[in-house]
Amino acid sequence: MFGLTALELARIQFGFTISFHIIFPAITIGLASYLAVLEGLWLWKKTAVYRDLYHFWSKIFAVNFAMGVVSGLVMAYQFGTNWSYFSSFAGSITGPLLAYEVLTAFFLEAGFLGVMLFGWHRVGPGLHFFATVMVAIGTLISATWILASNSWMQTPQGFEIVNGVVVPVNWFEVIFNPSFPYRLAHMVTAAFLATALFVGASGAWHLLRGNDNPRVRKMLSMAMWMLLIVAPLQAVIGDQHGLNTLKHQPAKIAAMEGHWENEPGKGVPLILFAWPDQAAEKNHFEIAIPNLSSLILTHSLDGQFPGLKEFAPEDRPPVAVVFWTFRIMVGLGMLMITLGLWAAWRRWRGTLYEGRWFQRFALLMGPTGLIAILAGWYTTEIGRQPWVIYGVMRTSDAVSDHSALTMSVTLVIFIVAYFLVFGFGTSYMLKLVGKGPEAGEDDPATDNDHPGQSPARPLSAAPDLSKEH
Amino acid sequence: MGIDLPIVWACIIGFGLMMYVIMDGFDLGIGILFPFIRGRDDRDVMVNTVAPVWDGNETWLVLGGAGLMAAFPLAYAIILTALYIPLALMLLGLIWRGVAFEFRFKADEHHKPFWDKAFMLGSVTATFFQGVSLGAFLNGFQMEGTRYTGSAMDWVSPFAIFTGLGLLVAYALLGATWLIVKTEGPLHDRLVHLARPLMLVLLAVIVVVSLWTPLAHQAVAERWFSLPNLFFFAPVPLLVALTAFLLLRSLRTGDPGLSPFILTLFLLFLGYTGLGISMFPYVIPPAITLREAAAPPESMGFALVGALLIIPVILAYTAWAYYVFRGKVRVGDGYH
Ligand code: HDD
Ligand code: HEM
Ligand code: HEM
Repeated sequence: MFGLTALELARIQFGFTISFHIIFPAITIGLASYLAVLEGLWLWKKTAVYRDLYHFWSKIFAVNFAMGVVSGLVMAYQFGTNWSYFSSFAGSITGPLLAYEVLTAFFLEAGFLGVMLFGWHRVGPGLHFFATVMVAIGTLISATWILASNSWMQTPQGFEIVNGVVVPVNWFEVIFNPSFPYRLAHMVTAAFLATALFVGASGAWHLLRGNDNPRVRKMLSMAMWMLLIVAPLQAVIGDQHGLNTLKHQPAKIAAMEGHWENEPGKGVPLILFAWPDQAAEKNHFEIAIPNLSSLILTHSLDGQFPGLKEFAPEDRPPVAVVFWTFRIMVGLGMLMITLGLWAAWRRWRGTLYEGRWFQRFALLMGPTGLIAILAGWYTTEIGRQPWVIYGVMRTSDAVSDHSALTMSVTLVIFIVAYFLVFGFGTSYMLKLVGKGPEAGEDDPATDNDHPGQSPARPLSAAPDLSKEH
Repeated sequence: MGIDLPIVWACIIGFGLMMYVIMDGFDLGIGILFPFIRGRDDRDVMVNTVAPVWDGNETWLVLGGAGLMAAFPLAYAIILTALYIPLALMLLGLIWRGVAFEFRFKADEHHKPFWDKAFMLGSVTATFFQGVSLGAFLNGFQMEGTRYTGSAMDWVSPFAIFTGLGLLVAYALLGATWLIVKTEGPLHDRLVHLARPLMLVLLAVIVVVSLWTPLAHQAVAERWFSLPNLFFFAPVPLLVALTAFLLLRSLRTGDPGLSPFILTLFLLFLGYTGLGISMFPYVIPPAITLREAAAPPESMGFALVGALLIIPVILAYTAWAYYVFRGKVRVGDGYH
């Protein structure tokens, strides 16, 4: 297809399916914790607004979770179908990590999800809260294992190669590899941020439409507190992550900075804008702030770090993509900090729920958490090329022997199916958001869940959007 | 350590896959039964019987995949490469059916029939290609050393297509007998009537597969018909016949309750263990044994600790979730 090789197609297929997947887990991780907080506040304070918000967001959570599960199912098999040489070479490490993820996280999430979504009237409040907390913990455990696996591929240690396959010798070192703590912290924070932006944007949208009520206000307010605290924290974690990468994957940092070579005795500038040209080994249209990169990465004005030319051309990642995705992520991070500060200032002035420009900005920022997550992953993953296990196995040695034809056909099928399924799903989610949280949502008084009582409504208790038409 | 890790792991993966067949079998079966049950309320009830548990059911499949990668990475790599296309189609089927669970309830009125179809087609596709993969796996793969040398379409064979169709019948029966437990009234009676022909067709499928497998696969035939194995296998047809008889008889009573479901499970268990015994000790027939494909003991041991500690806990809270949602599901029972 389009003259692409089977390897390129396998990479596109993996990148496509994982990019779709990560969008849903990010919201799952964030919303699960948010729901646990809401339910805890409801049990503690007994203010109806928390219960109403809980029921509202748990419906959206259900749709999102379903999409996360089915897109994840595909991922668990892609390692074998598309990267069979990787799997037979390093499955001895990634396999047990994935197995632990299934055992400790996926089952936990799935086992308690039913009670969380359907059990409001079937178990007591304490037990229901417990189920919600278990689901939330499950999502975090899941992130921990899969990121341990990914981080091991970025900064491998604790293994030997015997007879051409990876043999783990120290599991502690495998799991707690150098980049793991940073990646875990950065990703979980990213998921919280993305969710806060999504919830905040929903609140702003309702306010903009004149749908002002305590529930909408509460969700905007909670989201803005979250942003204010977590967005700056994310920048700090990201900075530390970058320092760690400089130590272990210097070629990636050089690509992120668009840094080709050092000039003797001079610090490295921070490039704001440029068009990196891999073939000519230089940047076009460069706009830079002198010495700032040195300051950020080496904490001195004229410190130096390796430039791209110090790596053989076949060991360099694609520079332009990494350079730009990194800037998108950091730029959006700055905008998130701005939104958090603006909200704090308005809150202090007592005008958090007014001001159309503020609300429009919060609305626009809705999807940026997810965009930053994708941009961050592109930076990380493309920046580690041409290696699939950094310094140990090249991506081109990892790919299965499928023909380009097989890969093209399956890729097209995946693309069509994903856009259809997840397009519909996202539109249903947005419609649910558009309905807004209602007072007394799913109130026990109107419930028809009790055996023996004749059903009050013929259809399901889930919101029937069609009634609005 | 005195533990034979590859064997232990083969048992764990076998157990996981069996749990999958049983648990996801009945919820896939519900989608397969959709064409026979047309009422909107009836379909809602059917879906509601599994809505709280289907996700956990599917997780056993993930455990099968992850366990295979952890314990037998070579087998994972080869099987998934050789069966790439049927597995991809199975996954696409699972995607459609999984999201249809949610979307059926959230769609506009004029989209709802579309999601009903998606639910049915997704279930049928996923089941059929699971069966096809199983058949293709039994047929064996073309190997050179540890490298798969077959083509992307090697899985297509009459035997594999037949196992695909056979699995549809098996899951449909599982679904029907599960629904007999969980429903009441006209829907319940309709399912009792459906279960009988399904049982008879399944019996025919079992007979055909049991004849076809040894005829087409030399190694299996040798295993079955050599002494002393013959003595172990001889009771199996008798047990199958007895189970089928009991099942048909239980369907005659007014509300057969749990027994048809249990008997169907037992039937599938018989078939499943039969297959397992026929394969042993190969993980990729006929080229690679369990031991050859095994991961280093460091990997198997590490994962084993987790599996042995955690699987009982999983079984406990899964049982609790089923307990919470026990009893018949009625029309209008709340979704959320
Ligand atoms: C940082 C988080 C994260 C990342 C990087 C990934 N996942 Fe994921 N995954 C989750 C976080 C998550 C989750 C939060 O646990 C999900 C999302 C929605 C859900 O239901 O669980 C999930 C679901 C999920 C499922 C379905 C689980 C179930 O049946 O309940 C599978 C099989 C995978 N994932 C597998 C993968 C693989 C093989 C990945 C890498 C290539 C991957 N995930 C990346
Ligand atoms: C969840 C967010 C993630 C995103 C958005 C993402 C994105 C990508 C992209 C775009 C590529 C292609 C790079 C290229 O070929 O140029 C890639 C490659 C890869 N990633 Fe990730 N990734 C994610 C997480 C993971 C995780 C958690 C793992 C492992 C456990 C992983 C393992 C791989 C592997 C094996 C490749 C194959 C090599 C390749 O395609 O080049 N990724 N990823
Ligand atoms: C604001 C300043 C930020 C800085 C300095 C920063 C820094 C970094 C760095 C250096 C990496 C590459 C790690 C590697 O070498 O592999 C990275 C990756 C990543 N970033 Fe950021 N980041 C920032 C903001 C954000 C924001 C706001 C989000 C999302 C909401 C985000 C999400 C991610 C993700 C998902 C990854 C890939 C996973 C990982 O490697 O941790 N980042 N970030």
